[in-house]
Amino acid sequence: MGLLSKKDAKLITDPLADNNPITIQVLGICSALAITAQLKASIVMAISVMAVLGIGNVVISLMRNIIPSKIRIIVQLVVVAALVIIVDQVLKAFSYELSKTLSVFVGLIITNCIIMGRFEAFALANGPWRSFLDGIGNAAGYGLILIIVGFFRELLGSGTLLGFPVLGDPIEKKGLYAIGYENNGFMLLSPMALIVVGIIIWVQRTRNKELIED
Amino acid sequence: MEHLELFLKSIFIDNMVFATFLGMCSYLAVSKKVSTAVGLGAAVIFVLAITVPLNWLLDQYLLQPGALKWLGAEYADYDLSFLSFIMFIATIATMVQLVEIVVEKFSPSLYNSLGIFLPLIAVNCAILGGSLFMQSREIPSLGLATTYGVGSGIGWFLAILAIAAIREKIRYSNVPPALRGLGITFIITGLMAIGFMSFGGMLTGGDEPEVKKGTTVQEGDKEPPQVQLENNDSNNNTVVLKDDLGMANTSKVNE
Repeated sequence: MGLLSKKDAKLITDPLADNNPITIQVLGICSALAITAQLKASIVMAISVMAVLGIGNVVISLMRNIIPSKIRIIVQLVVVAALVIIVDQVLKAFSYELSKTLSVFVGLIITNCIIMGRFEAFALANGPWRSFLDGIGNAAGYGLILIIVGFFRELLGSGTLLGFPVLGDPIEKKGLYAIGYENNGFMLLSPMALIVVGIIIWVQRTRNKELIED
Repeated sequence: MEHLELFLKSIFIDNMVFATFLGMCSYLAVSKKVSTAVGLGAAVIFVLAITVPLNWLLDQYLLQPGALKWLGAEYADYDLSFLSFIMFIATIATMVQLVEIVVEKFSPSLYNSLGIFLPLIAVNCAILGGSLFMQSREIPSLGLATTYGVGSGIGWFLAILAIAAIREKIRYSNVPPALRGLGITFIITGLMAIGFMSFGGMLTGGDEPEVKKGTTVQEGDKEPPQVQLENNDSNNNTVVLKDDLGMANTSKVNE
């Protein structure tokens, strides 16, 4: 990475694994779980959050010296809400079906704790470029978990990925279904999202013993 | 009757935590002790009961397409619904601030128990989610909106109370080290959510579920075929395997 110094690159790579916003910092879980029944919705959600968090971090970072600390929450909420309205309108304009699937969860990006958390913890104390990298890094860490959960739920639940049947045809018994494989419809129900995230946390903490809570 | 139905529905069937995962962040962060969980839960009921009806009024008289008709005929075709996010969140943030000031002034003891949680609530997804669901489900009257707010608040309260009690007890259990803390909480919440799904058919029986749960499930694999093991006659040692299509496979069991 010639473009980024080592310290800056760490801002992006850290949240992907050992400081992941979802599994370690426990932020932004609400929206992560509800929309992951399909891989496509997860990817769109990840991109939306990345746009909002990247731009929002820069805006807050530029204003950090003129925001009175007493009303900073309201200022942050207004910045996020404005960005989310833009994202929502873009989604409605270019992919109406998907914005119906995501329903209220686009709006709930406003109260996604990752965004407020990064504003408070990073953007209020750092310059715009570093804040931008931090925003992109954390959104990528969030998106990574979303995509993993979405991948497994869609693959095991409906046997498709991004809507393409990858395991064969369940009705005409082709592909894997020919040897008796069945889709697990349970994976599409919301409780399984929690359990899949629980398993991801389990795997991650088994691999890195330092993360274990006592 | 309508009120009771919506009330029970918002507590059990559309439970904020277990059905829509709203307010998970504070649900996970503040559920280590029952006493703090009760404080936060009470604050959530309180704020939802105020903000949902308030946002209903905003939605009805300001934001919906054609809502500005009361200003005069020339405003009738304005559609401000794209502003609803920012209006709702502004209402919530100011109401939370206002409630904090009022409670501090008139009831210092309540302030001491709720006080630290109130600022947290402005960014709790359950609160904004309550208003957004109120809008997208088109709740028809102010009274019903209040019922919906209180009901969803109580549902959230129940959820955080239950998980806090379980987490207090589970501290004494031998959980695998890597699952301790966050991991096991996720899995327990998942199991509780499965339990809450059984409330689904409680009210009207055959009502269509509103959430588009399982729209992508193909016909026929919704339920795995139930295999019944039935030992019909103990003398000839034959086991009849029945699945739900009514086909029976008989097979001899060797002694």
